[in-house]
Amino acid sequence: MKQDIILAGVGGQGILTIAAIIGQAAIDNGLNMKQAEVHGMSQRGGDVQSHLRISDMDIHSDLIAEGDCDMILSVEPMEALRYKPYLSVEGWLITNKKPFINIPNYPDMEALENEIRSLPRQVLLDADQIAKDLGNVRAMNIVMLGAASKYLKIPYESFEVALEKVFGRKGAAVVEMNINALAAGKAFSEK
Amino acid sequence: MKKQMLLGDEALAQGAVDAGCSGVFAYPGTPSTEIMEYVQKCPEAIERNIHRTWASNEKTAVEAAVGMSYTGKRTMSCMKHVGLNVAADPFMNSAFVGANGGHIVTVADDPGMHSSQNEQDSRFYAKFAMIPCLEPSNQQECYDMAFHAYELSEKFHLPVMMRLETRLSHSRSGVERREMLPENELKLPEDRNQFMLLPAFARRKYKHLIAIQPELEAAAENSPFNWVEDGKDKSLGIIACGLAYNYVKEVTTRYKCDYPILKMSQYPLPVGMIKKFMDSCDYILVVEEGQPLVEEMLKGAIPRDNRIKGRLDGTFTRDGEMNPNKVAVALGKEKSTEIIIPDVVAGRPPALCVGCPHIDSYKALNEVLKSFVEDGQRHVFSDIGCYTLGFLPPYNAINTCLDMGASITMAKGASDAGLFPTIAVIGDSTFSHSGMTGLLDCIYDKTNLVIIILDNSTTGMTGGQDYTGFGKLEAICIGLGVEKEHIRVITPLSRHFEENVAIMKEEIEYNGVSVIIPRRECVQTMTRRMRSLKKQEAK
Ligand SMILES: Cc1ncc(C[n+]2csc(CCOP(=O)(O)OP(=O)(O)O)c2C)c(N)n1
Ligand code: SF4
Repeated sequence: MKQDIILAGVGGQGILTIAAIIGQAAIDNGLNMKQAEVHGMSQRGGDVQSHLRISDMDIHSDLIAEGDCDMILSVEPMEALRYKPYLSVEGWLITNKKPFINIPNYPDMEALENEIRSLPRQVLLDADQIAKDLGNVRAMNIVMLGAASKYLKIPYESFEVALEKVFGRKGAAVVEMNINALAAGKAFSEK
Repeated sequence: MKKQMLLGDEALAQGAVDAGCSGVFAYPGTPSTEIMEYVQKCPEAIERNIHRTWASNEKTAVEAAVGMSYTGKRTMSCMKHVGLNVAADPFMNSAFVGANGGHIVTVADDPGMHSSQNEQDSRFYAKFAMIPCLEPSNQQECYDMAFHAYELSEKFHLPVMMRLETRLSHSRSGVERREMLPENELKLPEDRNQFMLLPAFARRKYKHLIAIQPELEAAAENSPFNWVEDGKDKSLGIIACGLAYNYVKEVTTRYKCDYPILKMSQYPLPVGMIKKFMDSCDYILVVEEGQPLVEEMLKGAIPRDNRIKGRLDGTFTRDGEMNPNKVAVALGKEKSTEIIIPDVVAGRPPALCVGCPHIDSYKALNEVLKSFVEDGQRHVFSDIGCYTLGFLPPYNAINTCLDMGASITMAKGASDAGLFPTIAVIGDSTFSHSGMTGLLDCIYDKTNLVIIILDNSTTGMTGGQDYTGFGKLEAICIGLGVEKEHIRVITPLSRHFEENVAIMKEEIEYNGVSVIIPRRECVQTMTRRMRSLKKQEAK
């Protein structure tokens, strides 16, 4: 088993939290993992990505090779497409629909959606709205993880356990809210 | 023991602490910053109360580490690659005086320039200084090599370089820890001459350094981190250095290539091992992250051996970061490595945060310069930090970024040449790092210029570390000789705009050294500070 995932977004949108939860769940399942992050200059409102690799065998490279990525999980639609060259022919692109506009030349939404929909395997959802409906827009990243969970080769319950480990310090209410966000994302994918 | 998920930086930090390090000395710089940040939070480091506060710059950090090594204790200095340029003097000379307690000089390179002003390969410095260099290929090696480096350092009485790169520093993987070693006892040098570089002693030390090179080479030949993996297909042998070993393994495993591989993680170059390896293969592919150090050494100035492929013959690009695709192309397994992003995707460069104090400083500066020079004719010398982003539109506020501290000294040179008005814009942490000496030059020469020290109370660019000059900027300027009435503290907020423009104008018109200090906390640092305050209150 191996799964190569590129997490994408804009600095500050919480992709490293997604990485931490998937990573925790992978380890709890006895899998190997490597995760390359971006620190420094690119965090200041720029594009950020993280390469997350999980496998039951040895993992060598910290970077995912072009054309090898099994899943792009993005919290922002344009950022999802930035990594399209990495996606394998059978790979999934799972992205939040809500644009993060901090540049003057942000592309036309329709063109973006068309490009995304042209991929054979994609999931497009308004995770901001779903999170807002649940009472906390900041759980958007966990909604996205929930939407991706259906396609991740890790049992769903492991993500719940990992959420508890990662958010446990912040209290039971925060954990519960995130577990709900995870479930809402999952429900969307299963519709 | 259960594995811990650690960044390469963190694995090295934990390794050094577990190997009995008594003090880490560093100045922040991507991708090395997380080493010190980890030590500052590491329970074992806190328990032992090992030294773990930031230094003013990389030179002071390395010198302090040499001082700790003098006392027999184990120590580590850390910096980004360009930081070693700043620390080059103590670094080079530390090879002469050597080490008493083990000294690891950790340098994190940034091939591909993710967050740097240049791309340079620190292994050249290790070779230049003639000291051993370790180049881990993964997080576990980062951890294990800390132990190995201290052993080497104390065995040969030399500092040892640990070379990391961005992808290793900032990538996480499982690391297994060992039993913690005790710290060394205080044990001052037995030889009174050891740390004395008067020429007569220095000459002897250089001869000694030259004399022990064969031993260092032998240590590399026998290093547990250098090895040969045999392969049936001897048409090609791959020399894979440090991190690049992972990319090689990734590709050879996937495509089931059975070439012999020599993994290089300890220098000086183990020539015997390499010669034997080269003799057994038809062609040699050298895969190294950074500049072609090994390749150049194998080729020599007048290449007699044209079996060697790498960055010099165009097999790989001469610049830029390695990756699995480049290796696959070099092995003839894949075609292009050019990444084609869909047309609809626009660039999203980093920018100053909304509410950043630098924005207000630049707005005022842009306004005041209108009354002195025509649009497009303004020249402002600047430096490295978040504020370098002020070069970009819509601000277009600055013209230069050379190296830390250069804003003041470049402005001085320009003012000496007759440029008016001459403005230097420098960050508060950068000023502490290496702006002070330049300011003293200006005072000495009574240079006509305005120095703007952007005081956002933090080292913003690298994630908000504190810095040594914090809270002392006016005192430093007065101490260096700036006249009190020409040190002007302003508040960079839009409601102070007019006033700030007026103050800048006055100081530009003053013929002499003026310092303007726009003071308002970085919004990111403030948010973090508030959050941790809240947490403390909750407790
Ligand atoms: C010699 C050297 N050391 C470290 C760095 C990394 N670095 C870049 S800018 C910077 C400091 C920025 O702090 P400051 O001057 O306060 O400006 P701010 O980012 O807060 O605006 C550092 C540490 C570097 N580029 N060169
Ligand atoms: S991190 Fe701080 S100093 Fe840097 S751009 Fe943001 S607000 Fe400004």
